[in-house]
Amino acid sequence: MSKKKLWSLALLTMLVLSTILAGCQSDSSDGNGENNGEPKILVFGRGGDSVSLDPATVTDGESFKVTQNIFETLVNFGKQDTEINPGLAKKWEPSEDGLTYTFELEEGIKFHDGTDFNAEAVVANFERWANGSGEDFYYYSSMFGGYKGDEGHVIESVTADGDYKVVFKLKRPQAPFLKNLAMSPFGIASPKAFEEQGEKFGDNPVGTGPFKFVEWKRNDSITIEKNEDYWVKDLPKLDKVVFKAIPDNSARLNALNTGEIDLADGVNPADGKSVEGNSELQLFERPSMNVGYLGLTSTRPPFDKVEVRQAINHAIDKQAIVDAFFEGRAEVAKNPMPPVISGYNDDIPGYDFDPAKAKALLAEAGLAEGFEMELWAMPVPRPYMPDGQKVAEVIQSNLADVGIKAKIVTFEWATYLEKARNGEADAFMLGWTGDNGDADNFLYVLLDKDNIGSNNYSYYSNDELHDILIEAQSEVDEDKRNELYGQAQEIIFEDAPWVPLAHSTPLLAGKANLVGFKPHPTGSDKLAEVDFK
Amino acid sequence: MLHYIGRRLLQLIPVLLGMTFVVFMIIRAIPGDPAQVILGQQATKEAIEALRAKLGLDNPWYVQYFDYLGGLLKGDLGESLRTTTPVSEEIWPYLAATFELSLFAVLIAVIVGVNAGIISAWFQNSWFDYTAMILALVGVSMPIFWLGLMMQYIFGIELGILPTTGREEVRNPIDSMTNLYVLDTILQGRFDQLGIVLKHLVLPGLALATIPMAIIARMTRSSMLDVMRSDYVRTARAKGQKMFWVVYKHALKNAIIPVLTIIGLQMGLLLGGAILTESIFAWPGVGRYIYEAINFRDYPVIQSGILVVAFIFVMINLFIDILYSLIDPRIKYD
Repeated sequence: MSKKKLWSLALLTMLVLSTILAGCQSDSSDGNGENNGEPKILVFGRGGDSVSLDPATVTDGESFKVTQNIFETLVNFGKQDTEINPGLAKKWEPSEDGLTYTFELEEGIKFHDGTDFNAEAVVANFERWANGSGEDFYYYSSMFGGYKGDEGHVIESVTADGDYKVVFKLKRPQAPFLKNLAMSPFGIASPKAFEEQGEKFGDNPVGTGPFKFVEWKRNDSITIEKNEDYWVKDLPKLDKVVFKAIPDNSARLNALNTGEIDLADGVNPADGKSVEGNSELQLFERPSMNVGYLGLTSTRPPFDKVEVRQAINHAIDKQAIVDAFFEGRAEVAKNPMPPVISGYNDDIPGYDFDPAKAKALLAEAGLAEGFEMELWAMPVPRPYMPDGQKVAEVIQSNLADVGIKAKIVTFEWATYLEKARNGEADAFMLGWTGDNGDADNFLYVLLDKDNIGSNNYSYYSNDELHDILIEAQSEVDEDKRNELYGQAQEIIFEDAPWVPLAHSTPLLAGKANLVGFKPHPTGSDKLAEVDFK
Repeated sequence: MLHYIGRRLLQLIPVLLGMTFVVFMIIRAIPGDPAQVILGQQATKEAIEALRAKLGLDNPWYVQYFDYLGGLLKGDLGESLRTTTPVSEEIWPYLAATFELSLFAVLIAVIVGVNAGIISAWFQNSWFDYTAMILALVGVSMPIFWLGLMMQYIFGIELGILPTTGREEVRNPIDSMTNLYVLDTILQGRFDQLGIVLKHLVLPGLALATIPMAIIARMTRSSMLDVMRSDYVRTARAKGQKMFWVVYKHALKNAIIPVLTIIGLQMGLLLGGAILTESIFAWPGVGRYIYEAINFRDYPVIQSGILVVAFIFVMINLFIDILYSLIDPRIKYD
């Protein structure tokens, strides 16, 4: 019997080897999209798979990356900023009291399933979201203050006025209203499709965007193809886009080098130079709209003393951290929000690196001998914090210089967030990427007392700040609003609930012949204008 | 024999039941709330409470456990919290991807490992023996992470002959029926694509095979050395039979039993999914499926995923036990 087995093994080996060799010869197309007549296919490598392709129901960036190209919103963000531009609505008019917005829609647009896009469709989408409950449409309830019937719900009514006019009535003015409407979760979907599909709509998305959904291989790839009837002339340029999940950053860059993908998200800062030095590749910088920080839980002694928090701010050498671990591809932070956001207060001096001053402040707080604390290091890389462990080590040695003994601890990511949210950390690293480019989305969400137990991980509470932030939410005058945010940043600076560390510039890499790709600060890129030279 | 198989299958029930309980308790003991993780960093308290209630997470653990068991008895593996798709439906493509890769890796590991072990034993203390055993030692202790990236660099970037990620060329996708791409392409007669699929198997397959290959080689060598010293081998040689047949026919048959055990265990381990290999080579297998479920605290997927993998593991071992009696007639189960 073993002789027979040997023979079959040998045969099998030969079979395998010969097919491999045959494969090597037959396969010569590398399909870079440059060949004439062949379809132009862009393969976009990224770190993870999407959760669902119904943008209204999800919160993860990897889902929005895809839906941003299938759906469109009433108004759009700018190509690389968060200014408001026309989208499915070509014009809009707010009333003077800021309570009514009238949108005039583009005409003649069809959804991918052939149904008409019109005012009724817009109303149906908002009805669907407003009638949700609990977590159904997370971003809707969070940006518009809940659902129909909730106390905080901002939208009074959405009605159609003729076929191509939609009127929004608000219960009270909402300053970032238009910015909210431009967010990916509020892409307008085909009412026929979401009514028919119900819960399965996320597997069969139908919008008006430049690309149509084709196929989803879970944890592997999502394919979308050109919408031949797209309403904007000559767009999109590509025939197909494949989003391919490659979890490991280095492996993703390898795949770009071999030509298996054309565009790689999430390039390590350390690899930036090698990409720039490679003539076959080009480096893209995503405009920064984030902040990485060290939060100081202000309910835990000795961090309840403002001198201690200020001392830690003076003790940490932020420039050194940015130079070493962000490879210079970040800006040292002094405020809790990045400078691109309207309302940024550039007059704030920031805490300079001054160990002597830190020691003096500690002495003032009665802690001249220093103290012991836990320092929580982020277990996962994020664009705003590429290497939590190493940054923690620098902070640890900075703190040691002023007599504070910090012990570095870390947990698995979900555990880390939960424990930090419960206020169990002395000092913890964390960060935030903006959703809609509004100051409210940083200052109120991260530092207002309303959000303790939610996103205010540092348990910082200041009533004066709270009043300012609430006032700013409904202030429609842009200058007055910016002034309020300027004051807010002064208060936060004095109270020092965080050590703001850096506003980083996330990196992407692509093939050299790729044109028209403009990374968006929100992380969701529109690919309609992308092409191969 | 049938009686034996029946008994072994019955024994599976308490094993799997015990396992559901252990897994159930462990994933609930780790901190981290699925509702929180699903909704992300941005979520409000109310939204989290509402989702917990909807998912039944606010029930006492025993209610949740018996709900889950009740579902299992009806063949219901539960529904993923994240994708709201039934696990039984969702898991198949991942299992198929892992199965294809593991089979390929085991094939390499067995062919190379067993032969290297045999030859090392045959020519004990020769240069081949030393080299093979040093390589095996290196192989056992090789960090797959590093090895994978290096292989990508050498074969993918420098030599440019092998693809580094995924199961297929995404610009020329496979129209899959069974999710076993090798089988799919053969059934469809797409031999051009079969070549592509096999090429995609080579690097992850080699990386995955490294450790089992080394273990199998060492095991085969030591097992062969024992057998080669026995009387019947000396008799066979004294009879004047060619050394090749003595080794491959007479000695191997007796030496292979412990090696088979190892092969079975390794196959079972590989089928459980190899998270590192699957991550580096972007292989959409069951290891990454469960790993990501852990990150998202997707309880039903973790529970049922581990259950399915454990079931396969136990079945393979059963299969190997049966194989013993086919190879060695002295082994009988009654």
